[in-house]
Amino acid sequence: MKSISEIETQITEDFSLFDDWMGKYEYIIEMGKNLPLIDERYKTEEHKVKGCQSQVWLNAEMKDGKILYKADSDAIITKGLIALLINVLSGQKPEDIVNAKLDFINKIGMKEHLSPNRANGLSAMINYMKKYATTYAGQSVN
Amino acid sequence: MDEQVKSTNSINVNKLREQFPILAQKINGNPLVYFDNAATNQKPLSVINSISGYYETINSNVHRGVHTLSERATSAYEGAREKVRSFVNADSTREIIFTSGTTESVNLVAATFGESILKEGDEIIISGMEHHSNFVPWRLLCEKKKATLKFIPVNESGELIMDEFESMLKEKVKLISVVYASNSLGTINPVKEIIEIAHSHNIAVMLDAAQAAPHIKLDVRELDCDFLAMSGHKMYGPTGIGALYGKEKFLNTMPPYQSGGEMIKSVTYDSTIFNELPYKFEAGTPNIEGAIGLGAAIDFINKTGYENIAVHENELLNYGNDVLNGIGGIKFIGTAKNKVSVISFLVDGVHPYDTGTILDQMGIAVRTGFHCTQPLIEQRYNLPGTVRASFAIYNTKEEIDLLGAGILKVKKLFL
Repeated sequence: MKSISEIETQITEDFSLFDDWMGKYEYIIEMGKNLPLIDERYKTEEHKVKGCQSQVWLNAEMKDGKILYKADSDAIITKGLIALLINVLSGQKPEDIVNAKLDFINKIGMKEHLSPNRANGLSAMINYMKKYATTYAGQSVN
Repeated sequence: MDEQVKSTNSINVNKLREQFPILAQKINGNPLVYFDNAATNQKPLSVINSISGYYETINSNVHRGVHTLSERATSAYEGAREKVRSFVNADSTREIIFTSGTTESVNLVAATFGESILKEGDEIIISGMEHHSNFVPWRLLCEKKKATLKFIPVNESGELIMDEFESMLKEKVKLISVVYASNSLGTINPVKEIIEIAHSHNIAVMLDAAQAAPHIKLDVRELDCDFLAMSGHKMYGPTGIGALYGKEKFLNTMPPYQSGGEMIKSVTYDSTIFNELPYKFEAGTPNIEGAIGLGAAIDFINKTGYENIAVHENELLNYGNDVLNGIGGIKFIGTAKNKVSVISFLVDGVHPYDTGTILDQMGIAVRTGFHCTQPLIEQRYNLPGTVRASFAIYNTKEEIDLLGAGILKVKKLFL
């Protein structure tokens, strides 16, 4: 399993190959197709990420000391953005997820999506994922 | 736009666009195409200059100074009120209250008129296509008073079902508040007919004219509405300013809304005497530059002329419908016969958020989502949102062509 920063570097390199926004969005759309889908029974209010114009459901499970994320969205770009995050954070240790700076979002030119005002709620998704990690990190200490 | 863009009407759009410096910029490397006018439209230089001019030359508090600047500021502020009076054709400036916008105007009427007339078991009627600002204040009031909020139903094409409206009018109904032109569908509602029917039952009517004001000549005396709310920023004016028109007979009997300076005539340790209309409803130092900017926006609309606005915007609306129809695979939401220049649509099989994000990359600003009419979009039409392109006087057919090209790109990416 690669570390969070190794995966971030890989994604940043992938994105550097695109010279226009179309390429980037095609990549994000493609990422969305490979998103590990959340089980239908978790598509509830409780698992909904608030602050998204599209609907996003996210679930986390702890397995062998690592957190596995699954998600879904009704919008394809949103699905791609959350797939990017899952690609980086899923399968990592809770402490590492809590501490992840996720600089790659800046580097791949998706910074504009991070503004709290953005309807896709990328920052809301990150908060949600980190909240899970914080909870699990607390449990593993106890 | 390099080539001369001239509409078949008497507006030279190229010349007009020079008055809107914001339109000349690029967004994401492409010329800005601004189609989010129903959310807020852009401001001409005359409005921008009126605000900076106020601060550069006459800034001073109104209604209280004996000095020259205060008199000049008061005269400009009250001059703006007279412009609003004439704009809506009210009898008197006593009937024009400056507010922060339509939302505050509705809240003011709910908290004063609504609060004093509504009793347990009474009813308020609004329509099924209201913006949240003409919805939530009435719901809160009804909850507080144990009254019931009812909705005039909306048909599939986005028109009010008037037969059902008539059958809703019972003795318990104390107020009707409806939107003149819908922000999310574009529908122009038959408000004169609604008012006539309501008045024959002795029910007062409020109009939300926020969306109508930039497109339709308002005439409160001809309509005979009892209250009318509007927002400066939807009609080429600044944000944070709007107006409430109310018939004097109602305003006189209504209790004050907020209290403080300006709205009082005299205060002793034991009692307070409220000021006359319209100041009774304007507590605190008002938004002086906003009112002056709103006045300049009214001058801009008058100079442009509603007839010219209607001709140009109808052309854009028809052309927009043609372009989107030509693409195919577009679902239109809101196909009323009588519409302002708003097109709400969905690209079949594509989430509105995805469409909006790709259009933004191409410099095209549209609105996506519920447009603050969540019950209408989500419950009436059962949709996750729509994409809304809304046109203003400075938009062009060439820009609509760019929207068409953008939608083709959206279809290529997602379908």
